[in-house]
Amino acid sequence: MTDPDHLHHPPHAKPKDKRHQTLSNIDIKAVYTPADLTDTKDRTNTPGHYPFLRGIHADMYRSRLWTMRQFAGFGSAEETNQRYKYLLGHGETGLSVAFDYPTLYGYDTDHPLARGEFGKCGVAISSLQDMEILFRDIPVGDITTSMTINGPAAIIWAMYIANAENQHIPNDQIGGTIQNDILKEYIAQKSYIFPPEPSMRLIVDTFEYGFKQIPKWNTISISGYHIREAGSTAVQELAFTLADGLEYVKAAVQRGLAIDDFAPRLSFFFNAHNDFFEEIAKYRAARRIWATELKKLGAKNPRSQWLRFHTQTAGCTLTAQQPEINITRVTLQALAAVLGGAQSLHTNSMDEALALPSEKAVKIALRTQQIIAEESGVTNTADPLGGSYYVEWLTDTMEDQTYKYFDRIDQLGGVIPAIEKGFFQREIAEAAYHYQKDIDDQRRSIVGVNKYTSQEPPNIPLLKMDEKGEERQIKRLKKLRNTRDHTKVDTTLRKLRIAAEGTENLMPYLLACVHAYATLGETCQVLRDVFGEYREPAIY
Amino acid sequence: MTDLTTKVLTGDPHAIARLITHVENQDPQAITAMKTLYPHTGRAHVVGVTGVMGSGKSSLLYELAQSYRKLGKKIGIIAIDPTSPFSGGALLGDRIRMTELSTDPGVFIRSMGTRGALGGLTNAVYDVVDILDAAGMDLIIIETVGVGQDEVEIVKVADTTIVVTVPGLGDAVQTIKAGLMEIADIFVVNKADRPGIEQTIAELQSLVDLDGDRDWKTPIVPTSAKEHKGIDSLIDNIKQHTTFIHQTHLYEDRRRIRYEAELFELIRKRVISYVLDDEKLKNQVETCLQKICGREQDPYTAADEILNALLK
Amino acid sequence: MTKKIRVLIAKPGLDGHDRGAKVVARALRDAGMEVIYTGLHQTADQIIASAIQEDVDVIGLSLLSGAHMTLFLDVAKLMNTNDLTDVLLIGGGIIPQEDVPALKKAGIDEIFGPGTPVDDIVTYIKKNVKR
Repeated sequence: MTDPDHLHHPPHAKPKDKRHQTLSNIDIKAVYTPADLTDTKDRTNTPGHYPFLRGIHADMYRSRLWTMRQFAGFGSAEETNQRYKYLLGHGETGLSVAFDYPTLYGYDTDHPLARGEFGKCGVAISSLQDMEILFRDIPVGDITTSMTINGPAAIIWAMYIANAENQHIPNDQIGGTIQNDILKEYIAQKSYIFPPEPSMRLIVDTFEYGFKQIPKWNTISISGYHIREAGSTAVQELAFTLADGLEYVKAAVQRGLAIDDFAPRLSFFFNAHNDFFEEIAKYRAARRIWATELKKLGAKNPRSQWLRFHTQTAGCTLTAQQPEINITRVTLQALAAVLGGAQSLHTNSMDEALALPSEKAVKIALRTQQIIAEESGVTNTADPLGGSYYVEWLTDTMEDQTYKYFDRIDQLGGVIPAIEKGFFQREIAEAAYHYQKDIDDQRRSIVGVNKYTSQEPPNIPLLKMDEKGEERQIKRLKKLRNTRDHTKVDTTLRKLRIAAEGTENLMPYLLACVHAYATLGETCQVLRDVFGEYREPAIY
Repeated sequence: MTDLTTKVLTGDPHAIARLITHVENQDPQAITAMKTLYPHTGRAHVVGVTGVMGSGKSSLLYELAQSYRKLGKKIGIIAIDPTSPFSGGALLGDRIRMTELSTDPGVFIRSMGTRGALGGLTNAVYDVVDILDAAGMDLIIIETVGVGQDEVEIVKVADTTIVVTVPGLGDAVQTIKAGLMEIADIFVVNKADRPGIEQTIAELQSLVDLDGDRDWKTPIVPTSAKEHKGIDSLIDNIKQHTTFIHQTHLYEDRRRIRYEAELFELIRKRVISYVLDDEKLKNQVETCLQKICGREQDPYTAADEILNALLK
Repeated sequence: MTKKIRVLIAKPGLDGHDRGAKVVARALRDAGMEVIYTGLHQTADQIIASAIQEDVDVIGLSLLSGAHMTLFLDVAKLMNTNDLTDVLLIGGGIIPQEDVPALKKAGIDEIFGPGTPVDDIVTYIKKNVKR
């Protein structure tokens, strides 16, 4: 029986040809001339001067290269410690910690939800003991460490600080970054735990504590990388990241912190994606917009106006097919990051779409940075593409489109209301969907995937992880719980609960908990009980 | 199918789910099953929940279902989302807010697409309500498409209709325009922790007061799904409304309206299906459509022509 | 008769990468299917209970965290013990080729790795739906 309510009418419209558009769907002309540049933008020509369009330092890489900081972590602390030593031995200049999913969500390895997830996409850290093993024989007073952790960032940071304290390294000597950017978790990466309000409170606690006690620490890495990986365009990455950044500034100022006290320690994290010139324009626009906005908000110290950023080449652009050619992709993306003035860089390994990086693959990724630094000559002058008609035009265009997004976000009531209304998530899901359609319908080519394909299966060594790692970790946790001072654990957790229910800065309480060897899970559970857990709206 | 109906009557989720699929797909055998089940229906109380998008309906339902479970009630939830008129497919996303309830044996959640029906429901909804009723549910909650304006259909299938809004949307006036004012047995203002709550309640209250004629004074219940507040009050109000409609004869009146709507709906569908399944009549429809597009014939004349051919 | 293919798209475990799951869900919708997306952090029990209540023809699992050998097998096992053997079970994400034979042996019908055109998934489902 035909269903009268079921007669379909497919649409006829055909989408545009994508070949002459950036990945933000900006139309590109065949050639650019001085006539394409308006006079209204501040093109202050000197790097190191407001609005820092051309770089935050006068001499950029001439005096100091970007930090070569490879994101790494897998299995247990022992295995990751080995990988850090390997990378340091091969010339990386900063550390970067990847944690496994249970750790990202504040669960110990033996939590029921952690089943099967131990060490699979990062290192498992369930207590200070693991942190101690992770950095064994690594001079944390002499090298900076970036930790990609968000929900439980304050607790993991406390473990890092406690480990340094136990090694008698003064607080003002340890340097590094915690990602600690919860807004983009709601928008893209999804490793949130608590709802927005208590999460923001925790973040401002870290700003405050960092400014007073750990002056060399970047207490946040305001991120666009994950927003981009989730499928956004470059303009969206730029706009949403900076909007998040301004929201953090607002929150800190509301707490009563002086902008020049905390703003110098805000840092950023951008993606380095495929469209070479668009990425460079993106970084330049980011610097100019941030400096302008911070100046408007009353920042007087130039360091408050600096946009310092780490970049990672785009994982989502790397393919499982013909993985060796990913090396070429990463090289171009890394070059864009350098020409865009990044302060720190991670290059992906060729096996990105297959497994965690093997030693061979990560070495090649590191060497890629070293070749750019030592052999290409691009480091000899600041902002080499400054003055290019195309790049300047594209920088201006991306800036204009970013401000349009700022207006829309304002109309929605601000960043957090926009998150609750699903605005960012919808924009990203739309962009991701259209990007995939463009590929499937052959409007965009991906070499090896829908063009120049080959039937040969990948033939590169893949990382093998220790199957016994999970068992070992669980045993270690059990032993820890039995041998530590129970009274101290209970007392510190109890005091934490009381403080969490109030308005005090939680960092000292978290430090006390981790020093007592309360586990990550136990500490986080207290906060879960007090703050509740976040559930996301259903957005496609 | 007899085996299936027996299992449905014992509350077997496989059987319930399978029979729902059969009625949705209009399997002829399902009709036999529905005839068998009909005498076992009429026990469950049907609550319709409608409201603007962004009012947090799904989260509210989750809280409501949890509270009812604590009272030992068995709950059926029908969550309806729009079917794409272009592809015929649908993204059914209400379950996301309720996944913890999936493993509760006292809860049955089914996501459905409108499949071309207007009014925020699906044509199969009447049957699905009957299936869940026969399966032993105490309460059946229907969550409709969050469009707002079209959603007066819910009143035909629900015993108690809840209209959900949130503060600050400026929607109190919109609600009256949409006709939702008339169908609301209970107003819920969700996200009551937000600014503007007192004003929204006041606006709704004045709208309710304007409608002074009715015997049932539509209550306005502030809730915050996030903070688990107001849910008990909502349950209380639902209970009061249930008692009210049973005591007056509103319950029977409304059920009659529902069965009338269901009957007419069945007739409508069968007539059109009959036309579309008959080769000659189908061709006639196509010819008429072309003429209508070319402005050589108007739709009314076309309808007369086809009906006359059908009735011959 | 309007039989629609009903698909449950689930994210088992703690993995938060939902870009692929959402793109596939939308593409299946555009191909005329009814897609129920469970959201993040599903246990195998929740996935099975949802699959039963929604009477789906297909369960699609998306996982990029590397935990597929545990979590996919959990789902496959529960499908057997819950009389869901006529439901297609497919998966996608970061799954090394060398794990695919073991997954198939355990009851996963097909794995769609990175770079798969969504149309391939649509075609596969339409061709292999068991009911």
